[in-house]
Amino acid sequence: MTVKLTNQKAWFLVAPVVVLVAFNAVIPLMTVVNYSVQESFGNNIFFWEGVKWFEEVLHSERFAASLMRQIFFTSVILLIEIPFGVAIALSMPRKGPWVSVCLVLMALPLLIPWNVVGAMWNIFSLPDIGLLGKALNSLGIGYDYTQEPISAWFTVILMDVWHWTSLVVLLAFAGLSSIPEAYYHAAKIDGASPWAIVRYIELPKMKRVLIIAFLLRFMDSFMIYTEPFVLTGGGPGNATTFLSIDLVKVALGQFDLGPAGAISLIYFLIILLTCWLFYTLTMKDEAQ
Amino acid sequence: MTRRYKWLLPAFYIVFLMLPIYWLLNMSFKTTNEILGSFTLWPKNFTLENYTTIFTDPTWYNGYIDSLTYVGINTAISVTVALPAAYAFSRYRFLGDKHLFFWLLTNRMAPPAVFALPFLQLYSEVGLFDTHIAVALAHALFNIPLAVWILEGFMSGVPKELDETAYVDGYSFWRFFIKIFIPAIIAGIGVAAFFCFMFSWVELLLAKTLTSVEAKPIAAVMTRTASTSGYELGLLAAAGSLTIIPGAFVIYFVRNYIAKGFALGRV
Repeated sequence: MTVKLTNQKAWFLVAPVVVLVAFNAVIPLMTVVNYSVQESFGNNIFFWEGVKWFEEVLHSERFAASLMRQIFFTSVILLIEIPFGVAIALSMPRKGPWVSVCLVLMALPLLIPWNVVGAMWNIFSLPDIGLLGKALNSLGIGYDYTQEPISAWFTVILMDVWHWTSLVVLLAFAGLSSIPEAYYHAAKIDGASPWAIVRYIELPKMKRVLIIAFLLRFMDSFMIYTEPFVLTGGGPGNATTFLSIDLVKVALGQFDLGPAGAISLIYFLIILLTCWLFYTLTMKDEAQ
Repeated sequence: MTRRYKWLLPAFYIVFLMLPIYWLLNMSFKTTNEILGSFTLWPKNFTLENYTTIFTDPTWYNGYIDSLTYVGINTAISVTVALPAAYAFSRYRFLGDKHLFFWLLTNRMAPPAVFALPFLQLYSEVGLFDTHIAVALAHALFNIPLAVWILEGFMSGVPKELDETAYVDGYSFWRFFIKIFIPAIIAGIGVAAFFCFMFSWVELLLAKTLTSVEAKPIAAVMTRTASTSGYELGLLAAAGSLTIIPGAFVIYFVRNYIAKGFALGRV
């Protein structure tokens, strides 16, 4: 790492970014803060409410339920996608023409618009005319994601694994391809077992990109909206109503601006704090 | 797992990835009668009717043009403003630089659902509602931080001696930046543009909230069709299949940079 010069004029270089992002981030965020402490009766008439909405949201069973669903969903997909993605990256070819083929095919789900992903899985899992639904039903498993909460959960999780495991694969693969050939030679001379190579060379070298993969997957799965909305609409009942779906219902559906503002802020804070905690803890570990 | 059977896992994974895509394509070539009447693994009465409808109906094909327009504007804006900023972060220390960098990244963590309503009000207030530029600017919220992050990683990989030699040779900052520095990190620009394209192309919540008629994204046109005209699954499948094409093109062009970009760019 080269030493950086101290130069306050560098602010001119970052100014355009700061202006654009501030316009997009600060004004809307202040609007949300405004809503969260006021009561509105339409026509832009507002009354000061203090922390009433925050208390209401924190005590509401509805918010607790969708938060629990969100935490459960995020934990399950992280537990599946990270090990699965690493395993695939480890067994992928390292060089040759197949690398490009694998990368291009695997990256494909990442570039499909999210509602198309939802629609695609909707068609794919329909119990009567979808490949997955038909196959499961003909195996004698009673599967119908529009009626059965368990089926709905199974489909939403499988869809997310389908959609995002490739991101973990790409990141892990990038980490692996940065390992110098010499490391493998040294391991060979020492007579290391294949598992020892994975455990002591490949996993430590992938640590950095895996932290990034974990963070990205955590944030994005915690914000998930479009795919489950298109697939199940949050149903059956409220079975797959995650935080974002619930929030959009409150904000744009019922136009309850106060509670929506309070939910928004609590929601954003949870993501920020988790990312910050995870990042500080893993980096501290690295420094030791 | 022994070495010989190692390829099985990626192979199965790719088959798993392709199945839903195949099913979508399969549906798009079927007639509505065949879709609803029977279960067939491939189209029995192969038809291009669904695609013809999309290419002849302006409400459909305009959706594609609108989507590509705002995605293009967004990618151009994000990469252009991120370039000098990333250079500043990678080369200089200045007051509040670390905090600024972290603040930029927190915007990547903001759920779009949180910002949907305030964005609607903000852009209506400034008279940009239902324009391509509104969606492009809204998507810049999460794409600019990402582009700065990726580009900063690439730029830190370029030795500082390059800058110093150029200044000694009498280059001005901007001349050096455009003539020498940008060509040196062109791969990084490709990767950053790829990610901006990707996240803007796939996002729907903000794009849908900020548009009504003039700049409606294709994804939103699909939602409307699905809900108003009942069960036109074939048409929906055809529209969905077409949205995969731009992404596939982009991946093909950057395929050699993706892995490298991830590694260098610390995404």
